[in-house]
Amino acid sequence: MGLLAGFDSLLPAYARGQLDNTNAFHTVRNGADIYDLTVARTPLKIGGTVSEQPITINGTLPAPLVRLKQGREAILRVTNTLPEATSIHWHGLILPYQMDGVPGVSFPGIMPGETFEYRFPVEQHGTYWYHSHSGLQEQLGHYGPIIIDPAEPESVAYDREYVVVLSDWTFDSPEDVFRNLKVAEGYYNYNQRTVSDFFKDVETMGWDAAWSKAGMWGRMRMSPRDILDVTASEYTYLMNGSPSASNWTGLFRPGEKIRLRFINASAMTFFDVRVPGLPMTVISADGQPVQPVETDEFRIGVAETYDVIVQPTDTAHTVFAQSQDRSGYVRGTLATRKGMEAPVPPMYPRTERGMAAMGMGAMSMGAMGKDGDMNMDSGMDMGGKMEMMSGSNDKAHGQMMMNGADSGMNKMSSDKATMNEVPTAGRPISHGPDNHGPGAAMVASSPQSRLDDPGVGFETANHRVLTYSQLQSIEGWPDKRPAEREVELHLTGNMERYMWSFDGKKFSEVDGPVKFYHGERLRLILVNDSMMDHPIHLHGMWMELETGAGEYRPRKHTISVKPGERVSALITADAPGDWAFHCHLLYHMDAGMFRVVSVV
Amino acid sequence: MNIMMNRIKWVVGASALTLASGAGAAGTGVQAEPDWTLPIHDNQVFGQVLFDRMEYQRDGDNELALWDAQAWIGKDRNRLWVETEGETDLSSDSGDIENFDVQYSYRFDRFWDIQTGLGAQTTFGPSPNKERYSAIVGLQGLAPYWFEVDTNLRVTDDGDVSYDLEAEYDWLLTQRLILQGRGETLVAFSDVEEWGVGSGINNVGLGLRLRYHFSREFAPYVGVSYTRFLGNTEDLREREGEDVESSSFVAGVRWWF
Repeated sequence: MGLLAGFDSLLPAYARGQLDNTNAFHTVRNGADIYDLTVARTPLKIGGTVSEQPITINGTLPAPLVRLKQGREAILRVTNTLPEATSIHWHGLILPYQMDGVPGVSFPGIMPGETFEYRFPVEQHGTYWYHSHSGLQEQLGHYGPIIIDPAEPESVAYDREYVVVLSDWTFDSPEDVFRNLKVAEGYYNYNQRTVSDFFKDVETMGWDAAWSKAGMWGRMRMSPRDILDVTASEYTYLMNGSPSASNWTGLFRPGEKIRLRFINASAMTFFDVRVPGLPMTVISADGQPVQPVETDEFRIGVAETYDVIVQPTDTAHTVFAQSQDRSGYVRGTLATRKGMEAPVPPMYPRTERGMAAMGMGAMSMGAMGKDGDMNMDSGMDMGGKMEMMSGSNDKAHGQMMMNGADSGMNKMSSDKATMNEVPTAGRPISHGPDNHGPGAAMVASSPQSRLDDPGVGFETANHRVLTYSQLQSIEGWPDKRPAEREVELHLTGNMERYMWSFDGKKFSEVDGPVKFYHGERLRLILVNDSMMDHPIHLHGMWMELETGAGEYRPRKHTISVKPGERVSALITADAPGDWAFHCHLLYHMDAGMFRVVSVV
Repeated sequence: MNIMMNRIKWVVGASALTLASGAGAAGTGVQAEPDWTLPIHDNQVFGQVLFDRMEYQRDGDNELALWDAQAWIGKDRNRLWVETEGETDLSSDSGDIENFDVQYSYRFDRFWDIQTGLGAQTTFGPSPNKERYSAIVGLQGLAPYWFEVDTNLRVTDDGDVSYDLEAEYDWLLTQRLILQGRGETLVAFSDVEEWGVGSGINNVGLGLRLRYHFSREFAPYVGVSYTRFLGNTEDLREREGEDVESSSFVAGVRWWF
């Protein structure tokens, strides 16, 4: 505990189980919330190991809570004591583009020794976060939470609140992590398919089906086990800056309702979050209120936020966040006093991606014969050279796909029946003349909406797992216009060289920004032509995710798009200027999965 | 070795730096000033040195040391690629550098590079040495079903043409224990007696190597290797009194940095 004491003192107040806002660097003057934030390198002890690398703000990892008030002005003075340029991006905040904090897009960056004053009116409320947008600094702790209190009281009852910042920490330099990804495919994946996995398939699905499954992935040169690029083999997962052993603890009094504001500030890690034994009522997503929906578990993409209400029934409950690939986890505890622990559940078994990830529309009931066979005539287009599966539409395949499908058919839930179809449903797909070129190792020949699919690893879950299709806004959004124009972008990648891009072209390879026209209402269509989940973040403007919920569609700053999925969002281009638009997986962004949206 | 690694890292880093500045390119927005940095630097230079096989071979009383290494430096699609392969007879200290190829490598397809450049082949040791040079065009990449393939067409300075093919396949027994199968062959389109080459299929080589990855970078292995010479080449070797078939035990290390 002596070791931990040293570390504890470097945690911000909220991470020590206090959520007040009495920190010294916050003042309120003339209707403005004023913060002074100093970016520095600070040696820290993480899980008993000292690291020289952390980039802290005001000395803490994660950075301190910035608590603002809707309707007031925010004045955020950021001083850079690093020997290199830095920046802070206010993730999810609607503000003038010059204040958005992306070097090379909104401003030149904050040079060493310089202080930059961000100043903008606070229009919204909810849970958000902030982080560096310079190089790979975000990996090293340069992130923190934002709470914006509403101008009018919310109709949500709770007695206590905690911010829960989830993140992934490495003791290696982020540059080395990036290089390993670049030069050695699967460097961090210690859950690849082995010979014995093949024989397990033979046991469960028979020789023919196991053979054709292996053949299918082999022909594509894709791994169904590539779920996260960087895994627990490299990362220590943190909850409010504490690894599992340090056990972040949020205190409560029996009977209280607690609002947990989850923020996924990871560089590369999707988390599956639950409080075993307690249902969670989700009340907002990406800071925006949603109609309360009760669930047992949710998957939080990188950069997303969810606010949930829990009401403890015991004196201690574990807060469990498991990495999407089940290679590791971090836990904390809600307890009535410090030092208590609740049982830590085992991780779910490892899993692999199924047919839906290939963009073959395994979810589509229409593509399935009544004996369970799939109609695979459309096939998977592999670089325009080979039509997968064509003419191999036998019974064994059908069974295999039922077993291996990324989503359990039993969860083609009834709530789908009550929803309208998404606007892009049933549309043909086009990938351009050369299927995005070498930048895309595959294309999805029949991408589907998978918004009611909780994602890979939940195929056989017998508890409730949140899906996007369950998110409904409370009142709908002001702009009622239909889309006047559509912009379609494909999420593309080639794992072998760790090339990531939109439409097969890296940021450095495109001719210019994506243009939105000021005032227009447009539909952004995202097609995931890769085998990875991508959290796609648009700066400066909301994306109203078309879930089929009509005007009650939720709005988001970051949309996680599953492999083989097509999603669409309505956007009002009401924010003139330049905005970053990118995959929020740090190394995907740095590899080229980044565009500028110019609203002109 | 450490000095060398550091130097390579430094060179790579410096090259990355020179590319890292200057907005107003590619996908930058309409408001960006020309002296701003770019928001991301997705065009960095990387490099890697891989000793695919650094091994000891023993066939009866014959002992050989063999190397098969490659190094590249470049960006995602354009790279400078150096490959070398050769062996030394440990009893006579003579041997040959079968190839030392310097090639420009361009990724024209999702999984394939086309490579073209120049190669040298030499012998070394006590007996009179010889050398020849060739122009090369080849393909390197990942074939369906995860076969690593490297294949080249060579034209020597004497106008002799040959074609070689190497393929490797990894069976993962566990996450760290990997059995690698390897096959190679060489086809010549003319007799070159001086180099022990007969026209037609020269040889077929097969190998199985079981390696254990202490890390991704470092994996010692043991295995077996079998080579059979065929056709005109077989006849040629018989006339010279050389073996036309060899089965070896091998032990070595696969290593990259």
